[in-house]
Amino acid sequence: MTETLEVAAASPSKPKARNSHPIRSLLVQRLLTGVVSVVVISIVVYAATLVLPGDAATAILGQQATPERLVELRHQLHLDQSAIGGYLSWANAALHGDFGTSLTQRAPVWDLMVPRLANSIVLIVATAIISTLLGVLLGMWAAARRDSWVDHSLSVTALVASSLPEFVVAVFVVMVFAVTMFAWFPAVSILPEGEHIWNEPNKLVLPVVALVIVVTPYVFRMFRASLIEAMSSDYVEVATLKGASTRRLLFGHALPNSLAATIQVIGLNLLYLAGGIALVETVFQYPGIGLSLVASITDRDVPVIQFLVVLLAIAYVFLNVATDVAVLLVTPRRRLPR
Amino acid sequence: MSDTASPATPPKQRAPAKRRGSVARIVRGALASRRGQVGLALTLLVVGIAFVGPFIPSRSPTEFSGVPYSLPGNGNGVLGTDALGRDVLARLLHGGWSLLLLAAISTVLAVLLGAIAGVVAAYRGRVTEMLIMRTVDIMLAIPQLVFVLLIVSVIGAKTWLVVVAVTLCQAPQVARVMYASAQDICERDFVKAVALWGVPPRKVIMRHIMPSLTTPLAVEGGLRLSFSIILIAGLNFLGFGTQPPNPSWGVMVNENRLGLATSYWGVLAPAIVLAILAVGTNVFADALARVAFGGEDGEEVPVATALELTKA
Repeated sequence: MTETLEVAAASPSKPKARNSHPIRSLLVQRLLTGVVSVVVISIVVYAATLVLPGDAATAILGQQATPERLVELRHQLHLDQSAIGGYLSWANAALHGDFGTSLTQRAPVWDLMVPRLANSIVLIVATAIISTLLGVLLGMWAAARRDSWVDHSLSVTALVASSLPEFVVAVFVVMVFAVTMFAWFPAVSILPEGEHIWNEPNKLVLPVVALVIVVTPYVFRMFRASLIEAMSSDYVEVATLKGASTRRLLFGHALPNSLAATIQVIGLNLLYLAGGIALVETVFQYPGIGLSLVASITDRDVPVIQFLVVLLAIAYVFLNVATDVAVLLVTPRRRLPR
Repeated sequence: MSDTASPATPPKQRAPAKRRGSVARIVRGALASRRGQVGLALTLLVVGIAFVGPFIPSRSPTEFSGVPYSLPGNGNGVLGTDALGRDVLARLLHGGWSLLLLAAISTVLAVLLGAIAGVVAAYRGRVTEMLIMRTVDIMLAIPQLVFVLLIVSVIGAKTWLVVVAVTLCQAPQVARVMYASAQDICERDFVKAVALWGVPPRKVIMRHIMPSLTTPLAVEGGLRLSFSIILIAGLNFLGFGTQPPNPSWGVMVNENRLGLATSYWGVLAPAIVLAILAVGTNVFADALARVAFGGEDGEEVPVATALELTKA
């Protein structure tokens, strides 16, 4: 570890005089951009409801809607105000946790979505943990046996797995583990409304397996590449010349320096999962927000669409900032002002 | 071409040879590698099925030919029938061309739009740069699939809208990459020299900057094509895009999902074809990236490129 630090410190970095702390200024800048992004996205999402061809309320309810219902809906979507006033009152209500009432299920959006959000978070977190462990282990194995048959077959498998569309992977997983070869798990994960997935964990298995197959190749590829890059660097060469063992080279020197890249890829995977679960949840009819998003778009359930898109945008922005900060924290070199 | 003869034009300048390559060189390099050959072969196989398929005499892809979910054989066709009793093989043969065509169109549009936006931002700087790149940031702050679904949800499932949505969702990614690559080129002396000569910005960008960016452009093209295919197939699967009764591989997977236990060919056949197509295009894109960034013989892809290749 000490050698690493010495070499890193000796590497030519020209500190320029700058008052602000780099992490703090980056954090502030990123958060500001993020807040602006979320506001702009919320405007776009709100505007999208106004763009619906013809009168939005009629477009949503259909031609047979009663006049009373139309008036009610217009009021509910804040369409009875000017465009800007409507947005502001919608945003104000949203900031107070009131996202309106679902048009198809006639219940507050928030109450409907919370259990589904919990189910999706369970799915995402389980996938993230398993795929990270698996990707890191396989990446280490491949990097340690570089250019052997292990390395080649792992790399090719990763390339193939990462190419496949999510729903195709999910269909194959259902084929193998639920229908044909091994009928071990249920093919669909339908739950009673409001039920939590952790009460029926056997319905969680196949969606997680499908997502792990989709996501792990990226962790693997990234970790393998950064380990190999670290292993061919100057400081590892110095350590080799000093007589350090292979294990020490790998765990003491290369591994800590691969952390940044790994954190980055985990961040990217979480980002990807936030949006990508829609397809896998649809295949399994898994009661999460991805399935709700698809259903709400099919049914034009505007309040639900608005809530979910804004929620996903916030998650996206937050994850991005968190990833950047985490990368800085594990890369002392990058903390110096550039 | 005619203005090269006039005395007012700048002397022909070549960008420094490093990192400069033509699309032809990269494609040739990729085709020389095993990955490139395998990728192209798989892709061509599926492209063949998709575009020759409609001309192969088969049963009607939209009319009922038997009992739903019948197994192959016994006069039910090679692959049996689907959820509504239509011939699976016929639907498979007719269900690919629209996906490929839409993916190709939206990839070309996305790469064009993204490249122009990114390079213009890098070259013009100041307000233009800020406007373009902040817009890109915001567009990248929504998950790709959600972005496409949002656009499709506003107007409804129309074919042209799928192209627009996929283009708009891929273009920011291209713009980001091209912006990063162009920044360096814009600072080079040969660009500054032609600009000082009074060459209009449009010509500087098209004649002098773009030719130095063919490497990232080729790689982006390959990557975006494979992502577009996955995205459009996913949209079809979710029921946005190609509308029933028209056949499409993504639609077929969705329609016949419930019959998986009875007669799985209705799901398995389109899923396999989609898998081969996705693997083929992605492996070929990977071969392109290796030639472009990974050194001569497809050496290790550097970490930065590996990150770039990550689906995000």
